[in-house]
Amino acid sequence: MPSGIFRIIETRIDTGQVIAAIEGPDAGAVALFVGNVRGEDQGRRVLRLEYDAYAPMAERVMAGIGEEIVSRFGDCRVAMVHRIGRLEVGETSVVVAVAAAHRSPALEACRYGIERLKAVVPIWKKQCFEEGEVWLENPIGSHEHEP
Amino acid sequence: MKVKLLFFASLSERLGRRCETREVPEGASAESVWRLLLAENPALSGGPRPAFARNAEQVDGRDVLEEGDEVAFLPPVGGG
Repeated sequence: MPSGIFRIIETRIDTGQVIAAIEGPDAGAVALFVGNVRGEDQGRRVLRLEYDAYAPMAERVMAGIGEEIVSRFGDCRVAMVHRIGRLEVGETSVVVAVAAAHRSPALEACRYGIERLKAVVPIWKKQCFEEGEVWLENPIGSHEHEP
Repeated sequence: MKVKLLFFASLSERLGRRCETREVPEGASAESVWRLLLAENPALSGGPRPAFARNAEQVDGRDVLEEGDEVAFLPPVGGG
């Protein structure tokens, strides 16, 4: 299987297109993670999110995660697409998809992919609440096990 | 020599700009440029300590910069 796609985009993510980019007759399983903007955080109403990224580096780091995935979970194709800019509640900010021969490596690799993305890819999120705005800037790796 | 500086997220808001081109002395590093920025911009104090990237590759900040380098100051990341 060749490797997949790793992109930072400023427009709506087409999840079907992401899946189509990695599925194929050799892949009996496609695991998908879709991250959406949640309208509430710790009891506060979220109005919208704004994402910033160092796009060329982010795409390169995501491709590196794709390589880590292949070395850990075996032959698979990986897609990681993150949207940046202003996102409204309910919109999709990130999609991670992994196509593999079987479900077990696909599911494990997908989980690994989103956790690594959140921990190491240069992307930043600003939460806009009714009472103000705040960038979420945690030390690297600190939310690898966020629930 | 001239280098390009890039700022993201809260750093770009605190500085009021996303990028600049700056003349720095020979032997400068990302770390030394950051110290200069801190000295010039009171708005940066109290903000996050950034990681550094040189030409879109994360570095430890002590690498000696070269003419035309793109130096990025990266607050702690948090996409998803």
